[in-house]
Amino acid sequence: MDVLIFLIPIALFLGALGLAAFLWSLKSGQYDDLEGAKWRILDDDDLPGDNR
Amino acid sequence: MTIHQRDWEAFVTPAKDGAVHMDLAVDGITCAACMGEIERGLKRLPGIRSARVNLTSQRLAVDWVEDQTGAEEIVRELSRLGYTAHPFDPASQKERQDQTGKQLLRCLAVAGFAGMNIMLLSVSVWSGNATDITPETRDFFHWLSALIALPTVAYAGRPFVRSAFGALAAGRLNMDVPIVIGVFLAVALSVVQTLQHHHHAYFESAVMLLFFLLVGRYLDHNMRGRTRSFAENIAALKAEVAARIDIEGSVREVPLSKIDTGDLVLVAGGERVPVDGVVETGQSDIDQSLVTGESMLVPINPGQRVYAGTMNGSGALHVRVEAASGATLLDEVNRLLETASQAKSAYVRIADRAARLYAPLVHGAAALTFLGWLLAGMTWQPALVISISVLIITCPCALGLAVPAVQVVASGQLFRCGILLNSGDAIERFADIDTILFDKTGTLTQAEPELFEDLDPEDELISLGGRLALASRHPLATVLVKASGAIVPLPHVEEVSGAGLKTLHEGEELRLGSPSFCGVDDAETERALNSVPGASMLAIRHGNKPARLLAFRQRLRSDASEVIDTLRQQGYAIEIVSGDTKPAVADCARILDVSAWRSGMKPAQKIARLEELQADGRKVLMVGDGLNDAPALAGAHVSLSPVSAVHLSQAAADAVFLGDRLMPVVDALRLSRKARAAIEQNLWISALYNVVAVPIAVAGFVTPLMAAVAMSASSLAVTANALKLKWGEGKQFSSPVGGTGQIGRARGGDS
Repeated sequence: MDVLIFLIPIALFLGALGLAAFLWSLKSGQYDDLEGAKWRILDDDDLPGDNR
Repeated sequence: MTIHQRDWEAFVTPAKDGAVHMDLAVDGITCAACMGEIERGLKRLPGIRSARVNLTSQRLAVDWVEDQTGAEEIVRELSRLGYTAHPFDPASQKERQDQTGKQLLRCLAVAGFAGMNIMLLSVSVWSGNATDITPETRDFFHWLSALIALPTVAYAGRPFVRSAFGALAAGRLNMDVPIVIGVFLAVALSVVQTLQHHHHAYFESAVMLLFFLLVGRYLDHNMRGRTRSFAENIAALKAEVAARIDIEGSVREVPLSKIDTGDLVLVAGGERVPVDGVVETGQSDIDQSLVTGESMLVPINPGQRVYAGTMNGSGALHVRVEAASGATLLDEVNRLLETASQAKSAYVRIADRAARLYAPLVHGAAALTFLGWLLAGMTWQPALVISISVLIITCPCALGLAVPAVQVVASGQLFRCGILLNSGDAIERFADIDTILFDKTGTLTQAEPELFEDLDPEDELISLGGRLALASRHPLATVLVKASGAIVPLPHVEEVSGAGLKTLHEGEELRLGSPSFCGVDDAETERALNSVPGASMLAIRHGNKPARLLAFRQRLRSDASEVIDTLRQQGYAIEIVSGDTKPAVADCARILDVSAWRSGMKPAQKIARLEELQADGRKVLMVGDGLNDAPALAGAHVSLSPVSAVHLSQAAADAVFLGDRLMPVVDALRLSRKARAAIEQNLWISALYNVVAVPIAVAGFVTPLMAAVAMSASSLAVTANALKLKWGEGKQFSSPVGGTGQIGRARGGDS
C-alpha cells in the first residue's frame, strides 16, 4: 500500500491542473460569449492568402 | 429637425496605452454573418485595436486609439453597414464584467474539485472501515482530506459567510446562518476526530454541501444577470440622452447622468422630453400619456413645466432643467415610490421563511440530542459527535437548491414568453394574486395613437394631408403618414409651431393641424370629441372647402379583451385605474366589459386605492407603464410593466413584458402558479428527507456514507422536480425572445 504515498499526490496534482485550467479559461473570458463562438469557427478571415 | 452632435467624451472610458474603450448595444445582430461583417468593417477603420461582438448579450466592445478615429466614425460606420448602435452610459452600466458571477463560478470550481477528491478518499476509508484498513492509512487519508477541505471551506464558503454575517448584523436569520454553522462545525469536528484517530471524519459532507449550495447560488445569479443585461441593452437602445445647449449656443448630446440642474436642454419635435424643467422658448403640443395617463395632447408655451418621459409634438423647445427643485412631479413620484417600496420589502421570501422555521428547529434538535445522550449516560464527546451529525445531515442542502432551481427553470420559461423578471421572488408573489389593477393608457392600449376610423386611401384630401404630414415629426402626423401611405412630400411646407403645417397646393392653401388652426369652430370639435371620447383631433383643410376632422386615439392591444376574459374566468378580480378622462376610461371599460373602473387618478390616489384593497386582504397585481403608475407598481404585491414604459416604472416593476400583446400577463400568472407549486413540492421533499434522516441521526446510527448518499439524492430529487416544469409547456409560446426583434419593437414603441 506504500505506493499510495506517490499515487495520491499525483492524482491530486492532476486534479489541481484541471482546476487551474478551468480558472484560467474563466479568467480569459472563454465563457463570455457562448453563442458567438460556435459561429466564429466558420469565419475564414484568419486563413493565409485569403484576399477576398 | 435639429442636427446636433453627441458628446462622445462622455461615453468612452480610458483603457491601456492611450487607447479608449466603448461598449455599444447593437440592434439587429442575428447571426454569424452580421458578427463577421461588423468586426471586419470596424477593423478597416484606422486605429482600431479590437472590435468584438458578443452574440449572447448583443453587445459590441471596441478599443481604439483615440487620436486616429473618433467614436462618431465608429457609429457612422456601423450605421453604414446597416446596424443601429447606441453606446452605454458608463455611469448607468454598473459592472462591465460580471464580477459576482465569476467569483461564484470560481468558488464552485474549487468546491467541485475539492469535493470530488475528498469523496474519493472518503469512499476508500468507508470501504476500508468495513474491511481491513490500517489506522495509519486512515489517518493519512483523513489528514489529506483536511488539507484539501480547510482551504476550500475558507475560499468557497466566503459568499455564505458574508451573507450570514450581514443577516446577523441586521438582527435577522437567513438560510446562510445554519449553513455556515453546519459547515464550520463539521470541519472543526472532523479535525478533532482526525487528531484522535477516529474512524469517521465529515470533511466530504461539509465540502459537498458547499458545492451543491453554490450550484443553487450560481443558477440564481445567472438568471438575474441575464435579465439585467437585457434590460441594460433596452435602456441603451432607447438612447437615454439629452441635447444640452452650451453657453456658446452649440448643442451636444450627453448621457442623462451628466445633466445638471440649470442646464438648458433642446427638445426637438417628435422627441421624448428627457428631463423635468420649465420651457424657456418654443411652442408645442405635449403627449403626457406616460406621465398623467391622459391621452389627449396638451399645448405647451414658454413658462410652463414639462416632465421627463412626455413626448414632444411638433415644435422645438428649450427647456431649463429643474429636477432638483423638489416640487416636480418626478420628485413627488420618487417620494411615493420610496415609501411604497419600503412597504414591500416586508415581504419574506419562501426560502427565508423556511429558514426561519428551520434554523431554530435544527439547532434545537441538535441541542436536545446532545443533552439527551448526556442524560443517558454517554460522555460528552460522543454525544457531541452525534449531535453534530444531526446538524450536518439536516443542513439545508436540498432547501438551498429547492427554491433557486425552480426559479431558474420558471424564469427561463417566462423569458420565452417575453417576460423579464427584475426580482427572483416575484414568481412566488405572482402566485398569490387575486386582484389585478390595470392602467389604461399604454397598458391596455398601445403606446402609440392610431386613427380612429379607417381611411379611404383614394380620398384626395387625405392623401394630400398625408403628403403634408411628411414634413413633420409630430406623433399624430407620423400616424397619418402611415395610414395614408404618403411617400412624396409637398414642397414649401411652413410649420407653425404648436399649431400645424401649411403650404400652397394648386394655388390654394392647404392646412394640417389643430382644429382651430384649420378654422373648425369649437362646437363642431366638441361634437366630434363626444362621439370619440378621449381622442386627439387633427384637421385638414384645402382652400375654402370644409375642413375634415380626424380623430386619433390609442387603440386597445389586439388581445386585450381576450386576456381580460381569460383572467376573469380564472377568478381574478379586475379593475381599471387610469389617469385619463372619464369618457375615455368609461369607453374602454365598456369594450372590455370591466365594471370596476376609476378615472382621473393621480399617483397618490392610485396608491390609496391599492392600499384600500390590500387592507381588505387582497393580493394585488399592478400592471402599468406610466410615471403616474410607478409608486403603485412599487407598492403592489407584485407588478408588471410593458417595455414601452418609462424608465422609472420599469425599475419599479417586478417584471417587464415585451411586445405588443397583453398575453404575457396571463402567461406570467399561469407559470408562476406552476412554479409556486413546484417550490412547495421541493420544500416538502427536503422536509421529508429530514423527517426520515433526523431520527436515525439522533439515534446515533448515521454513517457519513448514508449522509452523503441521502444528501445527494435529495438534491437530485429537487432539481428533477424543478425541471419537470419544462414538460408540457412545449412550443405553445409565440416566437422565443431572440432579442433583436423585440428590442426593435420596444424601441419602435418609444421613439
